[in-house]
Amino acid sequence: MLVLALDTATPAVTAGVVALDGDAPPELLAERVTVDPRAHTELLTPHVTAALDEAGVRLDQLDAIVCGSGPGPFTGLRVGMVTGAALGQALGIPVHPVSTLDAIAYATPFHTSLLVVTDARRREVYWSVYCDQGWRVAGPHVDKPDVVAAKLADELEPIGVTEVSGPVAQQHAELFGLTVLPTTYPTPVGLVGAAAWPLREGAEPEPLTPLYLRQPDAVEPGARKRVSQA
Amino acid sequence: MIVLGIETSCDETGVGIVRRHADGTLELLADEVASSVEEHARFGGVVPEIASRAHLQAMAPTMRRALDTAGLELSTVDAIAVTAGPGLAGALMVGVAAAKAYSTASGKPLYGVNHLAGHVAADTIEHGPLPPRCLALLVSGGHSQLLLVEGLTEKITEIGATIDDAAGEAYDKVARILGLPYPGGPPIDKLAKQGNPRAIAFPRGLTGQRDAPFDFSFSGLKTAVARWVEKHEATGAEIPLADVAASFQEAVADVLTAKAIRAAREHEVDTMVISGGVAANSRLGELARERCAEAGITLRVPRPRLCTDNGAMIAALGAHVVASGAKPSPATLAADTSLPLVYGS
Ligand SMILES: [Zn+2]
Repeated sequence: MLVLALDTATPAVTAGVVALDGDAPPELLAERVTVDPRAHTELLTPHVTAALDEAGVRLDQLDAIVCGSGPGPFTGLRVGMVTGAALGQALGIPVHPVSTLDAIAYATPFHTSLLVVTDARRREVYWSVYCDQGWRVAGPHVDKPDVVAAKLADELEPIGVTEVSGPVAQQHAELFGLTVLPTTYPTPVGLVGAAAWPLREGAEPEPLTPLYLRQPDAVEPGARKRVSQA
Repeated sequence: MIVLGIETSCDETGVGIVRRHADGTLELLADEVASSVEEHARFGGVVPEIASRAHLQAMAPTMRRALDTAGLELSTVDAIAVTAGPGLAGALMVGVAAAKAYSTASGKPLYGVNHLAGHVAADTIEHGPLPPRCLALLVSGGHSQLLLVEGLTEKITEIGATIDDAAGEAYDKVARILGLPYPGGPPIDKLAKQGNPRAIAFPRGLTGQRDAPFDFSFSGLKTAVARWVEKHEATGAEIPLADVAASFQEAVADVLTAKAIRAAREHEVDTMVISGGVAANSRLGELARERCAEAGITLRVPRPRLCTDNGAMIAALGAHVVASGAKPSPATLAADTSLPLVYGS
C-alpha cells in the first residue's frame, strides 16, 4: 500500500511517500524535509506535492495517511494534523495519528532501551522511553531535563536506558549520561513504521487529536479590579 | 461559478459556499459555523490556544456539513477561498493549512483573502453588488474600522480604526463590570432597552477638535463605566444597571455612527455598509438608520448571521476575486496577520 506521511510537531516540516507491503519494512519512495519552525503552513503542502511527484504517485493512488500527533509546542503541530485530516477527508482514505516520539524511536537503530526527547520549549522536553523490543514503556510526558534524568536513575532504572535520540538529545546527553544516537527529526519511514500495525490490519484510525500534554495558558479573571483611587 | 470559503481567524470555524451569477449577484448555498465561544466564556475573552484547538477539531465536520447542505462535493466547486489574515496567528494557520490541503486534494485553485474585506463582501450576498464607492463600518469583538471601499477587489483604504479596544471588547468588559455574561453584546443590548440612554453622560472617545476624526477609542469609556459603578457602590445605592447599560450603549452607538457619517460626507459617498458582530446591536442599527436617512445615505446591513464571522463572507469575497480575473495564491501561501485589504496588492 502507498502511504503519505506528515509531521510538523518539531521544527522540521516533514512529508514523504512510503510503500508498506506485506510484512516487509516500510520503504521510502520520496521525501521532503525542511527544518524551519516558522515555515510549517507555508511548506507542508508543497512538500507533499513534491514528494508525490518524485515518487511518481498520484494523490488518488494513496491508500492511507499517517500524521505525527506530537507532542509538540509549536502552533505548527496543528498544521500537519489539519492537513492530514483535510487530505484524508477529501480523498476518502483513513488518517492514522502516531506519536512523533514513537516515529523517532522507530527510525532509531538502538540496542538496549532508548529515551527519545524533543524540545517542549520553556526549558522542558517531551520524552518517551522504549524497551529493547521497541515498545513504548514510559511517556509521552513533558518535564524539565533534570526531572527526566532523576526518573532515569530512579523509577526507570530497571529498564536500563543507555541511549538517547531526538532533536535535543545532544543538548542533554551529558545530564542524562546516555549515548547519543544520530536520529533527530521524525522521518516518513519512522512515521509509517510506528503506524504499521493499524495500517496492515486496516484498523479504524484513532481520533486525530494532538498530544498537547499541557493545558492552554489562560487564567480565569478574578474579582473585578478597582479603577478608582481609594 | 461556485466558491467555497473557509474562515478560522478568531473563535468561529466557518465553511460557506456561494454561487456567483454572471450579473454579479450571489446565491448562498451553505453557511456552516462551529463556534468555540462557550469555551472562552469563563476567561472573559477569546483564548487563542483554545480557539486554535477547537478549529482543528471542527474543521473536517464543518466542511462535511457545508458540502452536504449545498448538495455538492469538493470536486464540483470551482475555487476555494480562505481567510489568510488578519486574525489570531495560530487560528488562521489551521484554516490556511486545511484550505491548502482541500485545494491540493481537489485540484481547485486557492485564494487567500482578507478577513475585513470579507466582512464587507458579506453584504453583497444579501444586497447584491456594491456601488463603485461606499463606506464600511466594521464593528465586532476584534475590529472597529472605517474603510473607504472603491471596489472590493480594487481599492480599499482604512481611514480609521480603534487606537485601543475594539467596540465588542468594550461590551465584554462592561458586561463584566455589570455582572452580565460573556459575550457582552446581547445581554447589554437587552438590558439597555429597559434603561434611559440619557441617564449618564459617558464620554465619547476621540471626539475632540484635535482628535483623529475617524479613529476610535473605547478604553476610556470602559474605565468611565467602571468608575461610575464603583462610586455608586460606595454610597451603598443600588446600581441602576439598565440605565448604565443604556447610557454605555448610547455612547458607543453615538461615536460609531457620528464618525461614520462624517467620514461618508467628507469622502462624498452615499452608501454605508455596517458589518461585524456589533452590527447586530439594536441601538447602533437604529441610530445608523436615523442618521443615514437624515444625511441622505443608503444604509446596508447584512442580517446578523452574515455580520458575525462566517465562511460565507469569505466565499463571497473569493467569488468576487475569482471574477476579477486574479491569479490564485501561490502554493506557499501562509497565514499573514498583516495581509493587505485588497487581494494581490
Ligand atoms: Zn471578523
